[in-house]
Amino acid sequence: MSSKIERDHARFNQIIRGKIKKELRRYMTRGELIGKKGKDLVSIPIPQVEIPHFEFETRKLGGVGQGEGEPGTPIGRGDAEPGQGAGETPGDHILEVDLSLEELAKILGEELELPRIEPRGKKNIVNEKERYTGIRQVGPESLRHFKRTYKAALKRQLATGTYDPNHPLVIPIQEDKRYRSWKLTKEPESNAVIFYIMDVSGSMGDEQKEVVRIESFWIDTWLRSQYKGIESRYIIHDAVAREVDSHTFYHTRESGGTIISSAYELCNRLIDAHYNPSEWNIYIFHFSDGDNWYGDTDKCLSILENHLLPKVNLFCYGQVRSFYGSGQFKGEIDEYFADAENVVTSEINSKEGIYDSIKEFLGKGK
Amino acid sequence: MGIRPFFPHRCLSGLPNLSSTSFMSLTPELEAIRKEVEGYAREYGLDFFDVIFEILDFDKLNEVASYMGFPTRYPHWRFGMEYEQLQKSYTYGLQKIYEMVINNDPSYAYLLKCNNDVDQKLVMAHVYGHVDFFKNNIWFSHTNRKMMDGMANHGARIRRYIDRYGEEKVERFLDCCLSLENLIDPHSPFIKRQDEKPRFNFQEEEEEKTIKKLKVERPYMDSYINPADFLESQKKKLEQEAEKKQKFPENPERDVLLFLINHAPLENWQLDILSIIRDEAYYFAPQAQTKIMNEGWASYWHSKIMTQKCLKDSEVVDYADHHSGTLSTRPGRINPYKLGIELFRDIEDRWNKGKFGKEYEECDDLEKKKNWDKKLGLGMQKIFEVRKIYNDVMFIDAFLTEEFCREQKLFTYRYNEQTQMYEIADRDFKKIKASLLFSLTNFGQPFIYITDANYGNRGELYLQHRYEGVELRIDYAKDTLQNLYTLWKRPVHLETVVNDKGILFTFDGKNHEERRI
Repeated sequence: MSSKIERDHARFNQIIRGKIKKELRRYMTRGELIGKKGKDLVSIPIPQVEIPHFEFETRKLGGVGQGEGEPGTPIGRGDAEPGQGAGETPGDHILEVDLSLEELAKILGEELELPRIEPRGKKNIVNEKERYTGIRQVGPESLRHFKRTYKAALKRQLATGTYDPNHPLVIPIQEDKRYRSWKLTKEPESNAVIFYIMDVSGSMGDEQKEVVRIESFWIDTWLRSQYKGIESRYIIHDAVAREVDSHTFYHTRESGGTIISSAYELCNRLIDAHYNPSEWNIYIFHFSDGDNWYGDTDKCLSILENHLLPKVNLFCYGQVRSFYGSGQFKGEIDEYFADAENVVTSEINSKEGIYDSIKEFLGKGK
Repeated sequence: MGIRPFFPHRCLSGLPNLSSTSFMSLTPELEAIRKEVEGYAREYGLDFFDVIFEILDFDKLNEVASYMGFPTRYPHWRFGMEYEQLQKSYTYGLQKIYEMVINNDPSYAYLLKCNNDVDQKLVMAHVYGHVDFFKNNIWFSHTNRKMMDGMANHGARIRRYIDRYGEEKVERFLDCCLSLENLIDPHSPFIKRQDEKPRFNFQEEEEEKTIKKLKVERPYMDSYINPADFLESQKKKLEQEAEKKQKFPENPERDVLLFLINHAPLENWQLDILSIIRDEAYYFAPQAQTKIMNEGWASYWHSKIMTQKCLKDSEVVDYADHHSGTLSTRPGRINPYKLGIELFRDIEDRWNKGKFGKEYEECDDLEKKKNWDKKLGLGMQKIFEVRKIYNDVMFIDAFLTEEFCREQKLFTYRYNEQTQMYEIADRDFKKIKASLLFSLTNFGQPFIYITDANYGNRGELYLQHRYEGVELRIDYAKDTLQNLYTLWKRPVHLETVVNDKGILFTFDGKNHEERRI
């Protein structure tokens, strides 16, 4: 029987999940979750799961303390703004709930009604795995199954009448011995790689990057819940493209012109070198403000059509609105690939647009 | 951060539902210690209920603590939340519950299994202090001493309602009730607020009252003895009285829960749940009213018993470690253990030396005051008297002296909007005392009264916040109004002050409104 507290605890967790789900849109527009990401847990600050009472505004309350210090000596941090962050001293009203990324993805999937992804090439890739599921009578001593060996020995002694209850000594002989054995099972395995491509030309400001950062976090969370092994590659480009690590990806600010094709070429080279499309599910997410070097767009379209699209599950282009960008590139892609199944474009006007954009990107279940 | 020992004497009780393996009574060694400690406690004159000690491991202790000490309480998610927080802070090593004791006859006290013997000894001495306080302090005199059974009974009733009406429905209603649980009148067990009037005793229509003039012997004096403004004020008084008669409730009502039980349109099961919440609120109220005294008293006695009677040489270091941890202070917060024990010791010292009364107060020779000693020896008698009739507010009001504030380095703090930090505001004695008293009065919560239950002659409920300089937390207030609406089923209003202006918050079932008044 589960104890009472487990029931209440489970109910509490259920309420928390419900809260997160309800507030998902708000969480998704905030960058702070990413900062709280641990290895496989995210801490989510949840305000006010408490039962509300008529009570004083704590910050206006003040109080009495004890210790050294002159008037004016700071003694603790207050709330940054109401309902955010926790005061170290009186009244902590924020609860941090640890949620596994998997669970977060589940909530995301349910709330956005994202379909589960059907991996490509699933049947082709087969991995052999050893599982210790069987029992044999021969084997190495290191795999001996003690309990079964003991049981067999006991049975034999009982049957032969050599077991003495007053002197319960059980000695196994060779034929009593049982060993664990393994079977080879064939497991289909699906690998996936995500390419994040970002335009870091002068026109992409901090705000635009923040949008990209948050959106990639959620995309990553979702795709990771769908595939077992997943790799991420990051490409930035202005007039030339290069591959970087994730930190650089989010924090660089270059300036200069924009030649998108350079990034597509690099991406294509990487795919050819490392990721055989018959074995890998490949995703490309490209974020830009839609500005491109005059005359380069045709080249981009041709690389996409001839090289990238045949190899990838999904090509997503997210156009982040910026003050400088002309925003033409999206129109070009939309027009040219109107019939293509694995091309999705989306326009993200502000942080609030992230929610819908993710829905557009992942809503196809590719 | 070190481990902060933590004794919420938030009371616990009730054993059913916990399997026998998880509860252990004392081992023979601990039983011997218990007998020894109990003997010393009685020698010192402590007077307590029988105490039944049980030993729990961490998980169980946290579980029991989450239920505020009563494992048989009704099911509710907030206990789960409490549990999550306790488990987490234990896992991260932030805090540890050493002991819990409940106000019941016999008292139940729970010890943590993994503590060493010195800790157990200290905790037992501490527990006997608490139980003596529960038994003798006047503010506990009206609490139910069979609350262990009471809580189990409440739990059973609410579980039955859940079976009958559904979990969601009952939970939703519980949330509403709990949202109002602090709207009680903690002094009401001691006072008769209103005469009980039979409901159907209609009096005959009274004749209209006339203004009473003062007796005048000589007619020409009339305008001097009964001047016009006097007559006017008499008339007003009469009018006010008449108005009051028509008001409902006649006087502002602080026990909002009781008022709702009597007058809100609720079903029987809802009334029952509401009265359960109210019962429990009144049961726990004295513990909040005497936090500083209760912890101070228990700490005083554990320290006395340990250091004067039963501490062995080999145990000194462990004892000192635990004791100092319990009494440690942090800048932004008053440690009730520390404040309480120091005040009790101060009182004992002052009454031993006769440092009180007119002569002492009026002496302005600091040196003389400092060395004042009349060798009265009344200290012990005085602290026993204090533990009997005081609560925290009276305790601080009567015994917090300027010398004590200086010695203990007390200060007031405030929130600095610019730096977003709490900072030390002042070390002025009067301000410290005022601030401390404010934080203790009414458990540091706002005074809310029902002033009109037929507001606008539309059966709407009008609540008034007695503003004393600190504003309410608006988002919570609005949510609470919403919960109140669920019970009252007619629009509800709350009058309060925001930015020095009177504001009326209204929830009419759909929308929140606020307007200046």
